[in-house]
Formats: sequence, structure tokens, C-alpha cells
Amino acid sequence: MEGTANSMSEYLSVLIFIFVGIGSVLFTFFLSRLIRPHNPYKEKSIPYECAELPIGDSWFKFNNRFYIFALMFVIFDVEVVFLFPWAVAFGELGLFALVEMIIFILILFFGLFYAWRKGALKWV
Amino acid sequence: MTDGSQVGVIFWFLSFVILISGFMVVSLKNIFYCALFLVLCLFSVAGIFILLEAEFLAAAQVLIYVGAVAILMIFAIMLTTDMASKEITQTNENVTVGVFVSVIFAISTILLIDKTSVWRYQDHDFSEGVTVTLGKLLMTKFMLPFELVSVLLLAAMIGAIVLARKERS
Repeated sequence: MEGTANSMSEYLSVLIFIFVGIGSVLFTFFLSRLIRPHNPYKEKSIPYECAELPIGDSWFKFNNRFYIFALMFVIFDVEVVFLFPWAVAFGELGLFALVEMIIFILILFFGLFYAWRKGALKWV
Repeated sequence: MTDGSQVGVIFWFLSFVILISGFMVVSLKNIFYCALFLVLCLFSVAGIFILLEAEFLAAAQVLIYVGAVAILMIFAIMLTTDMASKEITQTNENVTVGVFVSVIFAISTILLIDKTSVWRYQDHDFSEGVTVTLGKLLMTKFMLPFELVSVLLLAAMIGAIVLARKERS
């Protein structure tokens, strides 16, 4: 299983990146805990120390208009999943595959055009 | 560089993360943190897919589940009025039935894995790598279903726009 070992060691660098990423955050928190002065008082724990006091909770209901953007994102995310194997295999496929993908994207572009014309992308 | 035992260590580590984060999803009080732990759980499952050399599946897992589904779930939580009541109970009344169904499901899955002696690919040649073969098949043999996918996505998008706009007026 030579191929296995090779492709695995490529992903080992991804794993190392993840660990270094998590580790650097933890290390920074640990270091700042070591060197910072510890002197809390009531005004310090207000979110905005030198401006208006915040009103209400930060856990509030978000605007419904965000949802249509989330849905549009999901649609185009699924499109990217289909673009991925096409892009990997493209070198061996040639012009016909390009035409196929253009049709695929054009059909979805029609949906984007529809959303645009209907004003779904507008913030009203 | 990486031999079998190292892959084994990574597998056990990923399984540990999946189990812990999965447990957090069903036990934490704040539903927003539950969603974040679900992201961690699904991301670790993508790691398992990479260990199984199913690279396309791992990419799809990250794009669809970690990207789209988690985003949708977090949006659904943030759009819910009741989110301000952060303390929710995660246990419901049907504990006995739940345990029964879970145990049956676990046993049947283990039995199924145990009984299947050979896991094999379909009759396609995957020697070039799964993703390349998949891309080729999508562009040649499964051309029509591939184009139909975009029609399906178009229908979903138009449906979502129609529903969201009707709600507003």
C-alpha cells in the first residue's frame, strides 16, 4: 500500500496545520493569562467601556432577510461540489465537458438572474 | 513515513473527537453551542473519510455538511425567537423508547459490518483515483442526470425565493 502511505502523509501536513492553529490560540491565551495584571471591577466587565451602554441581550432574534442569503449560499455550495470532480478530471475530458459545465452553470445562473430580478438580493 | 499504526492513532483520535462532540451536541444546554459542536463532529467525520481514501466524500462532507448544513442550522437558531431562552432541556420523556431504538440500530449496524466480508467498488475502474473517475463518469455516462441536478437546484432556488417573498408581504 505505497499509494496509501503517500497520500496519507500529504494529509499529515493538514493535521499538523490544525494542531498548530489550535495550539497557537491556546498558547496565546495561556501566555496572556500569565503576564496580564488581574484587577477586575464592575465597569470593566461592560462590553463597551467608553461608549453607550448596550441595551438588551446580545442573543437576539436575527432578521429573517438573512435566511434567503443562507439558502442561496447552500444552492451554490452544492454547485461547487459538482464543479470539484469536473475540475479534477478536466485535463482528460476536453471541450465537450467544458460545454456541459457551461450549460450546468447557465441553468443555475438563470436562478440567480431570477433572484436578482425579483429583488431577493436587495435589502429592503 | 506513515505506517499502519500511525493511521490507527489518527483514527482513534478522530473517533474520540467524534464521540465527545456528538455527546456534547445532545447534552449541552445552549443550542448554539450544540450547533458548533455538530460542526466539529462532522469535520472529524471528514477526517475519517480521508483515512478511508474517499477524498471526494471528504470534500463533499466539508462543503455540504460543515459548510451548508451547519450554516443553515445556525441561521435557523439565530432566526428563532425563542433563542434568548438559552437554558433548554435536551432530554425528552421517551428515554426508554430512545434507548431501545438506538441499541437496535447499533446492533444491526455492527452485524451488517460484520457480515459483509468484502467491500468492493462498483464495476467502474477507480485506478486513477475516485475523484477523477467520478468527474469522468459525470461528464460521459451520467451526463443527463448531471444536467438534471442543475435543474433541481434551480427549482429549489426559485421555490425558496417564492416562499421567502410571500412571507414578507
